[in-house]
Amino acid sequence: MLSAEEWGIVVLSLKVGGVAVLVTLPIAFALAWLLARYRFPGRVVLDALVHLPLVLPPVVTGWLLLIAFGPLGPVGRWLESWFGMTLMFRWTGAALAAATMALPLMVRAMRLSIENIDRRLEGAARTLGASRWHCFWTISLPLALPGVLAALVLGFARSIGEFGATITFVSNIPGETRTLPLAIYSALQVPGGEAMVTRLALLSVALSLGALVLSEWLVRRTHGARQRHGD
Amino acid sequence: MAIDIDVTKRLGERTIVARFTAGPGLTALFGPSGAGKTSILNMVAGLLKPDRGHIRIGDRTLFDGATDLLPETRRVGYVFQDGRLFPHRRVRANLTYGHDLADPANRWMSLDEAVQFLGIGHLLDRWPHSLSGGEAQRVAIGRALLAGPEILLMDEPLSSLDAARRGDIMAVIERIRDELELPILYVSHDRAEVDRLATSVVAIGE
Repeated sequence: MLSAEEWGIVVLSLKVGGVAVLVTLPIAFALAWLLARYRFPGRVVLDALVHLPLVLPPVVTGWLLLIAFGPLGPVGRWLESWFGMTLMFRWTGAALAAATMALPLMVRAMRLSIENIDRRLEGAARTLGASRWHCFWTISLPLALPGVLAALVLGFARSIGEFGATITFVSNIPGETRTLPLAIYSALQVPGGEAMVTRLALLSVALSLGALVLSEWLVRRTHGARQRHGD
Repeated sequence: MAIDIDVTKRLGERTIVARFTAGPGLTALFGPSGAGKTSILNMVAGLLKPDRGHIRIGDRTLFDGATDLLPETRRVGYVFQDGRLFPHRRVRANLTYGHDLADPANRWMSLDEAVQFLGIGHLLDRWPHSLSGGEAQRVAIGRALLAGPEILLMDEPLSSLDAARRGDIMAVIERIRDELELPILYVSHDRAEVDRLATSVVAIGE
């Protein structure tokens, strides 16, 4: 059904989305925890920064990434000289763009579930002999888990759909940065590319719908559980 | 084992002051709602930090100007008004939570003994949300006892139960007091409860 080229596009998209989400997960969780649990100076600014990619035009986000992570950018130069690593025009750059765009969605999903944890359960665990850490691993994290899973799914769906920031930051290179949306865009420019567009578009719809259904199910599970346990 | 409490804590507009000693048996902290009885228990458990004063159990200092033990090192069992069972763990895993964490030398009851004592053998594989109020409170008591505490705090453990279940749980509390001889600090605003259970009464907020 799919040609070898199209399979390559799908595999690249899954790779970019998977890496983006897995690398972002711990960062997003830490940010969500910080924003949900602590009051500190600069909290409002941090909150706004995290949400910025959600409201900025993606092309602006891509341009900012270019400035920061390009060969002359402060972070890009540092990565190059210390690790010999360059993100420009590479799939890793596409993953970075996708991760940046997915971050706010992931933080939001996890923050909600962290705020919903009944903190009195953590107090109960402490009186039973649990240290702060033990309490986190055995009580807080398991109770926040549905939100973490929902964040993974949402972030992944957002990542494989990323277009604007990706094409601005790492361009549209077959086999390297041409993910599903970029491939669809390219096929639209080619006479006779409609069949490929249709196949790739249907694939996108299937992947996104699957992710949405999965995340909805996970969120419902959390709420269902909370209602059963009372307040 | 004597419990020696002398604490002051300002919470918003009100100031909670408590100064009393409690001996063996059940010491009821009795007073109107909002007098700060629960806050006193929270200070003993280490969940709320007093502004000043001291809290001692026997020759162990839990809190004073120089010491402030973490809740997990206080060996103070706590049975809350609403049970507070961990919703993501079955009854068995709730019961063993503190037991597994406790220093084996400090444990004085096994899981089997606790299950027997409380009559909760048939509940072990159930989830907390499927328990009735009385069942949940039994499990919460078992969970606290299994962690090997030196004293037990109980914060209105009967308030969410109907009359029949109240009698059952009161009988359990009497057995903890008389058979296990565990000192209990018991918060209540119900005269009848206090009359039946208390070895001594401390008036709070008068």
